[in-house]
Amino acid sequence: MALPGLVLLLAFHYLPLLGNLIAFQEYLPFVPLGRSAWVGLDNFAVIFNGDAEFLNALKNTLLITIVQVIFVFPAPIALALLLNSLLSERIKRVVQSVLYLPHFLSWVIVIAIFQQILGGSGLINNFLREHGMGTIDFLGNPDGFIALLTSQVIWKDTGWGTILFLAALTQIDPGLYEAARVDGASRWRQLWHVTVPGIRGLIILLLILRLGDSLTVGFEQIILQQNLVGRPASEVLDTYVYNNGVLAGQWGVSAAVGLVKGLIGVALVIGANKVAHIFGEAGVYKK
Amino acid sequence: MTTSTSVVKQKGIDDGPAMPARVVKGVVLLICCAVVIVPFIGVISTSIASQEHVTNSGGFVLWPDALNLDSYKTIFNGGVVQRALMVSFVITLGGTLISLAGSTMLAYGLSRSGSFGQRPILLIVLFSILFSPGLIPNYLVVKEFGLLDSLLALILPTAISGFNVIVLRSFFMGIPDSVLDSARIDGAGDFRIFWSIVLPLSRAVLAVVGLFYAVGYWNAFFNAMLYINDTAKWPLQLVLRTYVINNTELSAGDLGGASADQLPPQESIQMAILVVSLVPILIVYPFLQRHFAKGMLTGAVKG
Repeated sequence: MALPGLVLLLAFHYLPLLGNLIAFQEYLPFVPLGRSAWVGLDNFAVIFNGDAEFLNALKNTLLITIVQVIFVFPAPIALALLLNSLLSERIKRVVQSVLYLPHFLSWVIVIAIFQQILGGSGLINNFLREHGMGTIDFLGNPDGFIALLTSQVIWKDTGWGTILFLAALTQIDPGLYEAARVDGASRWRQLWHVTVPGIRGLIILLLILRLGDSLTVGFEQIILQQNLVGRPASEVLDTYVYNNGVLAGQWGVSAAVGLVKGLIGVALVIGANKVAHIFGEAGVYKK
Repeated sequence: MTTSTSVVKQKGIDDGPAMPARVVKGVVLLICCAVVIVPFIGVISTSIASQEHVTNSGGFVLWPDALNLDSYKTIFNGGVVQRALMVSFVITLGGTLISLAGSTMLAYGLSRSGSFGQRPILLIVLFSILFSPGLIPNYLVVKEFGLLDSLLALILPTAISGFNVIVLRSFFMGIPDSVLDSARIDGAGDFRIFWSIVLPLSRAVLAVVGLFYAVGYWNAFFNAMLYINDTAKWPLQLVLRTYVINNTELSAGDLGGASADQLPPQESIQMAILVVSLVPILIVYPFLQRHFAKGMLTGAVKG
C-alpha cells in the first residue's frame, strides 16, 4: 500500500541524487545522460581555484546568513514571550491569527506587496514626495539589499515562528514561577531564570537546524528581486547554480557547486549536533 | 486541575506593577498587527478605487473612494489571468488529491508495526526531510521523464512531503490495533480497512495536511518558472511575477481583447490580480488556522 508514495519519493527525491553524477561529467543537454564524458574533479575547479563569481556568491550567502541569525532568529522568541505574557486569551488568539497569515502567502505575493509599499511610486515614497523630502530607492539599492531581504523574512515568518516557542512555554512547570516569586524574584528575573532556561533546548535545536540551512538563503525571494539590484549584490549560491546552470548552460559546474553546498549543509547539522551533545543538550537526534 | 494550574501560571508571569508595561505591550502588538494588515487593505483598496483616485494618488490607494469593479471585469474577460487561474486551480486540486492519496497510504503502511520493510522505508522518508538533492539534478530528472512543459512537472516532484508523511503516521499510530483487528476478523481486507475505518477516523489531520499541500501547490512559483516555458500553461504566480513584480504592461491583447482606451489604470489591474491570488488563501486560512498548531505539534512531538 505504501508503494505509490514510496515510488514518487524515490523517483523525485532519491533518483536526483544520482543526477549529481553530472558534477563529475562534461554534461551536454542533448547528449543522453550515460554518454557524457567523465572529467573527474574538473568541475570542482571553480570552487578550489576561487572563481571570483563563486566567491562573491559565497560571501553574500554567508553575510545574509549571519545577518539573519542575528535579526530574524530572535524575533519569534521575543514575540512569543510577549504573547505569552498577555493576560487575555482572546486578544492573544486574535493577534496570533493576524500574525500567522503572511506565512501562507507565496514569495511572489509578499514581494508584490512590498513593492507597493516601498517602490518608486509606492506608499512611502509618495508620502515623502508630497512632503517635499525626496524619494528613497529601497528596492534597487545594492547596499540595502540584505536589509530588504531581512525585513521581508521578518514580515512573512515571525508570527509563524512563535508556534513552537508558545508550545514550549506552556510546558514549563508553573511551580517554578511560584518558587521564584517566593524567593523574591522580580518579573525580569523570573523571565531570565525560569522562562529562558525552559525554552533553551528548543532554541538550540532550531539553531542547529538553521545552521544546516546556512548555505541556503531565500532562493525564490532573491531570484524575484535580482533584476533590480543586480547580481554582484544579490548573487547567493542557489542563484549562482540557477543562473550558471539552467540559464547559462554550465551544467556540470553548477551541479558541482550544488553538491558541495548540500554536503556542507549535512556536515554542519551533524557537527552542530555533536557539539550540542557535548554540552548536554538533546539536539536534533540522539546518538 | 488544569484550569487552576493555568491560572497560577498566568499570575506567575503577570503580577506586579503592570499598568505601564501593559500599555507598552499593547502598543507593540498593535503596531505588529498594523504592519501586517495595512498593506492588505491598500492592495484591496487600489483594486477597487476609481480611476481618477488611483491616478491622482500616484498608483497606490490606502482607502478607496468608491467601489469600482472595472479592473476585475477586465481581468476576467478571458485573457491571460483567467487562463492562469484555471491552471492554478487544476494543479492545486489535482496535486492535493495525488499528494493525499500517496502520503496517507505511505503513512498508513509505516504506522502498523511489523509491516513489510517498515524500518528502511521510514529511514528513507526521514532522510528525505534532511537532504535535498539540488536544483540541477532535480531539473535533469524532470527533463528525463519528459515532463518539461507538462503540468505534471508542477505536481509529481513535490507530491510527497516527508514531513507531512510523518505527521500522518503519528496520527495513524494513535488508532488502536484492536479496532483494525476486529474489522479484519469481520473479513475486511487492508484497503477496505484503510478506506472505511482509518480515513474516516482521521478527518481532522487529513484536512490540515490536505490544506498544507494545497497552499503549497497554489503558491508554487519556482518549479513553474523552471519547468514551464509555454505561457498558456502558466500558473497564477508566474503571471503575478511577470505583470506585477516585473511591471510588464498588460496590453489589451493580454486581457482578452478589452478595448485599449478603456483599460483601468495598470496599478488597479495589477492589484486586482494580486487580490485574486490572495482570495483562496484567505478563504482556507480560517480552517487551516483552527487545526494546524495541534496537527503540527503532534507530528513534531511523536515523530
